Amino acid sequence: MTNVVNIVMGGVFHASILFLVAAGLQITFGVQRVFNLACGSFYALGAYFGVSAVQWYAGAGGPPAFFVVPLVLAGALIGLTGVVVERGLLSFVYDRDETFQLLLTFAVVLMMEDLIRMTWGTAPVSTSGLYLVYGQARVAGATVPVYNLIVIGASLAIALGIGWLLTRTVFGRIIRATADNREMAEALGVDMRRTYAKVFTLGTVLGTLGGALVIPATAAMSEMGVELIVEAFAVVVIGGLGSMRGAFVGALVVGILRALAIAIYPELEMLVIYLIVITVLIFRPRGLFGGAAA
Amino acid sequence: MNRANAVALAVALAGVVAVPWVAPTYHVLLMLPFMAYGVVLLGLNLLFGYTGLVSFGHALFIGLGAYTAAFLTGACKIRSLEIILVVAAAAAALVAMPVASFCVRYVKIYFGMLTLAFGMVFYTFLLKFYKLTGGDEGMPVARPFLLGRDLGAMPKTEYLAGPYYFYSLAVLVVALVVMWRLVHSPFGLCLKTIRDNPAKAETLGISVRHYRWAAFVISAVYAGVGGALLATPTGNVDPTLAYWTHSGNIVFMTLLGGFASFFGPLVGAFVFIYLQDFVMSVVPYWRLVFGAILAALVIFAPGGLMGLFARRRTVEVI
Repeated sequence: MTNVVNIVMGGVFHASILFLVAAGLQITFGVQRVFNLACGSFYALGAYFGVSAVQWYAGAGGPPAFFVVPLVLAGALIGLTGVVVERGLLSFVYDRDETFQLLLTFAVVLMMEDLIRMTWGTAPVSTSGLYLVYGQARVAGATVPVYNLIVIGASLAIALGIGWLLTRTVFGRIIRATADNREMAEALGVDMRRTYAKVFTLGTVLGTLGGALVIPATAAMSEMGVELIVEAFAVVVIGGLGSMRGAFVGALVVGILRALAIAIYPELEMLVIYLIVITVLIFRPRGLFGGAAA
Repeated sequence: MNRANAVALAVALAGVVAVPWVAPTYHVLLMLPFMAYGVVLLGLNLLFGYTGLVSFGHALFIGLGAYTAAFLTGACKIRSLEIILVVAAAAAALVAMPVASFCVRYVKIYFGMLTLAFGMVFYTFLLKFYKLTGGDEGMPVARPFLLGRDLGAMPKTEYLAGPYYFYSLAVLVVALVVMWRLVHSPFGLCLKTIRDNPAKAETLGISVRHYRWAAFVISAVYAGVGGALLATPTGNVDPTLAYWTHSGNIVFMTLLGGFASFFGPLVGAFVFIYLQDFVMSVVPYWRLVFGAILAALVIFAPGGLMGLFARRRTVEVI
């Protein structure tokens, strides 16, 4: 029993990170109809930048207990570079076939991987020793690092925040209107350029925040972006493209199943996930929550 | 094909035949992946350029072909390259048939995603089933016999730059001729109709799904044969051959040369491989340079290199 709780808690931790990246993918796809392959690259960027920020903070003598402050700030700030990608590249191809938009985000994946290698080198980097600063907690008989619980809580809070943003604010109403009917929204006076720039940047900030939050528990590697994007991809397909509720449920499904598969039969790890993806695509191509607006 | 194009093609072919005599061995060896990718891209473009479906999972079939070569030469002791190519083509077709019947139910982004998912299933299979596939270390490829002749006594570079070079070239030429006939047949015409207007094609009595399915399977067979050709010069096959970024790279090659032109993908493969080699000899960051090139292509020249060329001269519309 303890074992199962341990595995599931590990899965939920992974799911809360996955949810952030997948939510970024969803909001971009829902509004702009762009499947942003570079979401994973922003995740990696957030992770590296987070490590640098924490190292600087530790070097400056900041108390270890507050290391999450520079970590989260760094993660959120570096995500703002998304606006450069949106204005500098994507904004030129909105009227093109979506294949070209996909390829353009693939170009960003390629560039970002090398930019990270150039800046931080090829060896993995990590925030050594801060993971267990908050100690461990006992949850239903299992020991779980408190940091994991903080991340799970933060992810839930962000999920609620996105829900609030989408349903209770003017910006959220604009987002939903644009996702529903772009031309109508534009005719009613919505500035599409600003909306697209904001939405894309929101998506990348969610990605970099996910990267920054995962980093105390693991090390940053240059391939982490291309690896995560296929998991986030599985999440959004299972949940349904463009749906926030879908991202939430999909992340839980992928995170927990992956954790169970690793514990029970490691060979099956990602295979299980992709088989579920294919099953979902075949029987419910719009995903479990597809069809709903962003 | 008009006269100018025929002359250009003849010159290009003569040039490729002459390479082993005039170029340094290093460049001769670089031509081998070009020819293997050439076969892959001819097939991929039947799907991309002619049918209008962009697959992000064709590395699956390259991997399948390459692992077939490794498996046959290693575990099965079958060394004849002819048999390897036939088995690779058959394996690719067998896998592609069910995969295609699921994938062609969708178009655009959903098609791309489903192919990506299938590709990743194969990738994880290669990675995780260590006993069968060698895991992340992959499998070595023993030197195959060409036309029944064991050339094991030859030094490796001499073998690759000599007999293997011409063998690859012959396969590429056969693949090229078959594909040329295919796209200029009524079958090819139907595919183009489907690409331009699927609804109209359907009302004209073309079974859109069957044609897309056939195009998918043919392109998979090409990728399988290309993958098997690629295995020997690589020497060791590993799961990255089936990874999704590899699928992205071959779509990139097609776009680089120009997906709207029959020979575009070949030009793309050639330029990609030489440029990659050149950039890597100067800086280790080829992805940065290639990402920038891809971004520039998508924004400014979606027709690729052949598209730039076609603007100045009227090239026959395919």
